[in-house]
Amino acid sequence: MKRFLLTIVVLLLVGTGVYLYLNRSDSSDGTAPAMAGAPPAADVIARGEYLAKAADCAACHTVPGSDQVFAGGVPFRLPFGTIYSSNITADAATGIGGWSDDDFVRALHDGIGKHGEHLYPAFPYNSYTLLSRSDVLAIKAYLFSLPKVSEPNRPNELSFPYNQRWAIGFWNAAFFKSQRFQPDATQSAQWNSGKYLATALGHCAECHTPRNFAFALDHRQEFAGEVLQGWRAYNITADPAHGIGSWSDSDIASYLSTGHADGHGSAAGPMAEAVENSLRFLQPVDTSALVAYLRSVPARAGLDPIAVDTKPAPALASSDYAPAGDAQANAQGLKLFEGACASCHQWNGKGQQTPYASLLGARGVNDVRGNNVTQILLHGSGQRSEGASVFMPDFGNAYSNTEIAALSNYVIGHFGNKQGMVTPDDVAERRKQL
Amino acid sequence: MLSLSVNGQSYPVDVPDDMPLLWVLRDVIGLTGTKFGCGMAQCGACTVHLDGQAVRSCVLPVEAIGNRAITTIEAVGNTPSGQKIQQAWLEVDVVQCGYCQSGQIMAAAALLARTPQPTDQDIDAAMAGNLCRCATYVRIRAAIKQAATGKAEILQTIGSTPEGAVS
Amino acid sequence: MSTGTFSPKPEQAVDLQRRQILKSSGLAIAFLWLGGTGAASAMISARRQPGDTAAAMADGNPPFAPNAFIRVDSEGPVRLVMPSVEMGQGIYTGCCMLLAEELGVGLDQIKLEHSPPSDELYGIPALGGQITGGSTSTRSTWSVLREAGAVARSMLVSAAAVQWHVDPSTCTVDRGVVHHAPSGRSASFNQLAATAGRLPMPDKVQLTDPKDFKLIGKPIRRVDAADKVKGATQFGIDVRVPGMKVATVMACPTFNGKLASIDDKATRRVPGVVDVLRLDNAVAVVGEHFWAAKKGMEALVIDWNRGENANLTTRQLQDAIADSARNGKGIVARDDGARPQGTLVQSEYQSPMLAHATMEPMNCTVHVTHDRCEIWTGTQVPMRAAQEAAKITGLPAEKVVLHNQYLGGGFGRRLETDWVEQAVALAKQVPYPLKVVWTREEDIRQDHMRPMYHDVISAVVDANGRPAWFGYRTSGGSVLARFAPGAMGKDGLDDDAVECVVELPYDIPKARVEWIRHDMPPGIIVGWWRGVGPTHNLFVVESFLDELAHRANKDPLEFRRSLLQKNARALGVLNLAAEKIGWGAHPLPPRVGRGIALGEPFGSHVCVVVETEVTAQGEVRLRKVVAAIDVGIAVNTSSIEAQVQGGVLFGLSAALYSELTIKHGAVEQGNFNDYRVLRINEAPVVEVHRVVNAEPPGGLGEVGTAIAAPALANAIFAATGVRLYQLPVDRKLLVQNPEALKSVASASAREGSEVA
Ligand code: FES
Ligand code: FES
Repeated sequence: MKRFLLTIVVLLLVGTGVYLYLNRSDSSDGTAPAMAGAPPAADVIARGEYLAKAADCAACHTVPGSDQVFAGGVPFRLPFGTIYSSNITADAATGIGGWSDDDFVRALHDGIGKHGEHLYPAFPYNSYTLLSRSDVLAIKAYLFSLPKVSEPNRPNELSFPYNQRWAIGFWNAAFFKSQRFQPDATQSAQWNSGKYLATALGHCAECHTPRNFAFALDHRQEFAGEVLQGWRAYNITADPAHGIGSWSDSDIASYLSTGHADGHGSAAGPMAEAVENSLRFLQPVDTSALVAYLRSVPARAGLDPIAVDTKPAPALASSDYAPAGDAQANAQGLKLFEGACASCHQWNGKGQQTPYASLLGARGVNDVRGNNVTQILLHGSGQRSEGASVFMPDFGNAYSNTEIAALSNYVIGHFGNKQGMVTPDDVAERRKQL
Repeated sequence: MLSLSVNGQSYPVDVPDDMPLLWVLRDVIGLTGTKFGCGMAQCGACTVHLDGQAVRSCVLPVEAIGNRAITTIEAVGNTPSGQKIQQAWLEVDVVQCGYCQSGQIMAAAALLARTPQPTDQDIDAAMAGNLCRCATYVRIRAAIKQAATGKAEILQTIGSTPEGAVS
Repeated sequence: MSTGTFSPKPEQAVDLQRRQILKSSGLAIAFLWLGGTGAASAMISARRQPGDTAAAMADGNPPFAPNAFIRVDSEGPVRLVMPSVEMGQGIYTGCCMLLAEELGVGLDQIKLEHSPPSDELYGIPALGGQITGGSTSTRSTWSVLREAGAVARSMLVSAAAVQWHVDPSTCTVDRGVVHHAPSGRSASFNQLAATAGRLPMPDKVQLTDPKDFKLIGKPIRRVDAADKVKGATQFGIDVRVPGMKVATVMACPTFNGKLASIDDKATRRVPGVVDVLRLDNAVAVVGEHFWAAKKGMEALVIDWNRGENANLTTRQLQDAIADSARNGKGIVARDDGARPQGTLVQSEYQSPMLAHATMEPMNCTVHVTHDRCEIWTGTQVPMRAAQEAAKITGLPAEKVVLHNQYLGGGFGRRLETDWVEQAVALAKQVPYPLKVVWTREEDIRQDHMRPMYHDVISAVVDANGRPAWFGYRTSGGSVLARFAPGAMGKDGLDDDAVECVVELPYDIPKARVEWIRHDMPPGIIVGWWRGVGPTHNLFVVESFLDELAHRANKDPLEFRRSLLQKNARALGVLNLAAEKIGWGAHPLPPRVGRGIALGEPFGSHVCVVVETEVTAQGEVRLRKVVAAIDVGIAVNTSSIEAQVQGGVLFGLSAALYSELTIKHGAVEQGNFNDYRVLRINEAPVVEVHRVVNAEPPGGLGEVGTAIAAPALANAIFAATGVRLYQLPVDRKLLVQNPEALKSVASASAREGSEVA
């Protein structure tokens, strides 16, 4: 009995030790590689603004369309409940006005809030931990230079056990490592700044890297694509068939900075927001650096790989104004397309009025599960860039699940030359997301 | 300063690059035959031709036009297909309130120019983007066929049954 | 449908004949409050008085202006002033036909003018004011305009006879020329105008014998089409006034909400933005053009005070109205005493709020100066609009000048004046002429919507399933109570609410009809919508009649026939429609059905049969529609066809797709992506057949709309066995089985195949 108790105590001690060890903070300050667009540390607010944009803080902390900048309240519907982002304005009562530099650094580097509570990893401290301390403080300085908004945080709606914040410590122990960005001396300066942009700031992985059973990033599949909140973040590895290996540098740069690349379609949903709020503000040199880094990501096919048909027969047989070849196929989808879609997208998928409406080569229409096609039909998509706004209306309110499914399958058949697999029940499921 | 070629005439216009052609036509140049219905490419009321192709002017930024020739409802009658369509529209007596009809005629004229003998399916593909709240659809279909074939479509399906003759 | 046995009570004899036959119906009843029977003669004798220079200026000072409608100049076409407004229904053509028929001109020899605001001159007798609505125009002006034309002709003939010293009865008129055959003389109306203008009005005129009609009763092409196909017609939105600026507005999206504050710094930086204007509940951005105004609006930071409706949802409204229908105290519109013995059958039906979504969004151009207010807009109520403008500007009525325009659709939306009032209130704040154009989103969100309804309908049926008593409790908001409170009937009854149900075409001896007034929360303003009361009542009554037929194991056609033996005109359209579609002639394929609906709205008799397919996944495909109509004497048979086709498809579009829903106290829909409208590739053939007779003309513009939905619902029942108790069609209810939704959605096997 004594032995048994002793064993328990030892195990507990060891466990606690391991827990603490795995949860240890890396207290180093780190250094950021040079970024063309980020002014030197002396102009701290300007630098902070550039970094905050590159880190896309607004995407999560500003309700789209709201003038309450950084006041939080954006819902994140996860498989186990809804998390709301918090107010990060300098308002003392409801925001982070009372946070010290160290409080703020600890949040970004270690995922710990002012009162020592664990932050949910929906907040990408997994990525921000790589930021240098001075960059973190530049972001803070920028946030504190903005108007304070009094907006109490919304309580999260999580079920047990996910509402137990302490449990995140175990999650962190297993999946999180506090560490600063380490430049790779064997790579160019450009590559290093690209990596800093992609990993520490841009946190591309948070969406584009598959997650494991515990909702942690599966780094073996880095950037190979994942479905999040109903949207599919595509494979952005160098895989030529399933990733972006066959895209030219300028294609990638154009997609990142404008949300569109000819022959590859347009960004929609969360990616359109990332372009609108973040990526389009990068200086071209920084965008190139990001491209250079992405190019080096090892090719992986990922799960449910999508192969883009760059010459889809039905679309190519069609003209600007009339379908050909598959005119009889999926008549319901075709009818819907000719009514609500063709005048912008055109039967040959080239896009009319704006190149953003071009569907040829887009991965969405090549995904037989039609995740993003369904999402964009249901919820629409908007993007404002370079002053012009491009948008796709939402059709979810007035069109049935069967219609959305039929239309998705038609679009996949016509522009992806594949048999779409979207069922009305799938659409019903996807309606609940987002 | 952009220069637009509208109905064979050139118009210098000083407007924002992203301004849709619709508003340049209506509010700057003063050609009001092209209509505003939705502003999001869902109704077709704003349809004009760019080099003969039917486009939605409400979502077409002027900067994207380049030197392509713009034709509006005011001048589509100078094209052979536009002339035929307008004539058929009158003969079949299509219009009701008429507000959508500029767009309908532009879409139909573009269809006829490239597909002289359209099938029902061709008509659907070309016209389904044009809404008509008065629902003149039955006659639109008849008029396009009449314009294509030159054969009088029956103006009246209305069969008159004399009083008491019904059983 | 729930059924129950009703305890027996002694049956009372009902004398059907004792009930007065209504002289008019639809909206017309509603407006009789002004009772302007004298108006018609005023219109005909409204000859401009010598010395009335203002009137002379307004009408171009023609030498011959015998009445409110006809102006003959010394050269050029005869000018005809239209009492009603043209919103697509073809009334300008109809009015011209009536005038031209009697006047003796060709339709190619005339020029149209919109009427200026004047209840006195252009008030529709049945409506008591200058209002185009309720499918009353032809019914009301049928004699007035013919008489007006005949008066003018008689005076022109007299003028010729005086000049030629001949007996007027020896003169003939043909295409604007008076001939005297015996002497071979002739003179054009232009030449005779000056003389005719000095002659007195005749005491009596002879109207043309119908057998000699050259225009009336023929298929006549529209007089307004030539301009419309060239884009030359000026709608309200096309008005351009020198110095004009263009505004777009946003009113508080929440019903009855108010403007709290705005931050317009970014707006004022938008190139082309001229001004930002405020009203109590709305804000307007003024630009050099609409685009600047719209961009400016997007840049505007607006803080609304959302008010008491901030959390309102459709569901709350539905629950409350259902409670009213079930438990509320009704105003009795008809009661024939105790219910007879038999089985009580009962159902409840729900109808949604609807938007008008006229193709031309609301717009109005106004120029207010210190002593004058000039308005350009397309309105169904020019006089009311002008009166409201006078109130807002504080100017005397004669200082308000309203130029009516062609309407890009009305459907009842332009019976309102809200957008005119708003534009005047904004224009008052600026020195320049202001054109206010609503976005489509504003047009849908700020509509004065068709009210929602909840109805409890019941019947007592005998052993054969034949109804002996019929009960109806309908609950909804009252449009009339706001629009024309003076027109509310006995006990505060809104006749429109029970139109087409107080009097059924069928031989059902007894009935009790009640209306339970259920006002919407403040700020939700309900308005007239094409087909008004009958559209919703006919959906309920005709769906329920189908329920009774199926309950009695009778074919819906046979069932109706057996109840129409005393109503020859209703039976006439029923039989004609059935014959034309070949009812019962061939078996239909699986999940294809035909539905029949019959009604007597707006003084006409109509029967529609819809044939539809419902796919296994629940999608509805319209295949064919046959309509039979008895409008009495026809003015323009082409117009009858067009109005029935358009009206039926308008009604089907709404039944299939349309519903305004409310969340956070605001309308959720905004444009055609979410307020869906029927497209050409979904539109079936609509055949229109007419029963020919010489009865007085009935209404037309709303008839097809009123009868469409029940025919569709009955067809869907025939195809699927699913009874729809709620509009719009809920396609989820029509899925054949859950398995169908697990398979990839695509064409059904029968897609496109024709069925023999
Ligand atoms: S206004 Fe352009 S499509 Fe509707
Ligand atoms: S004719 Fe009125 S909208 Fe088409």
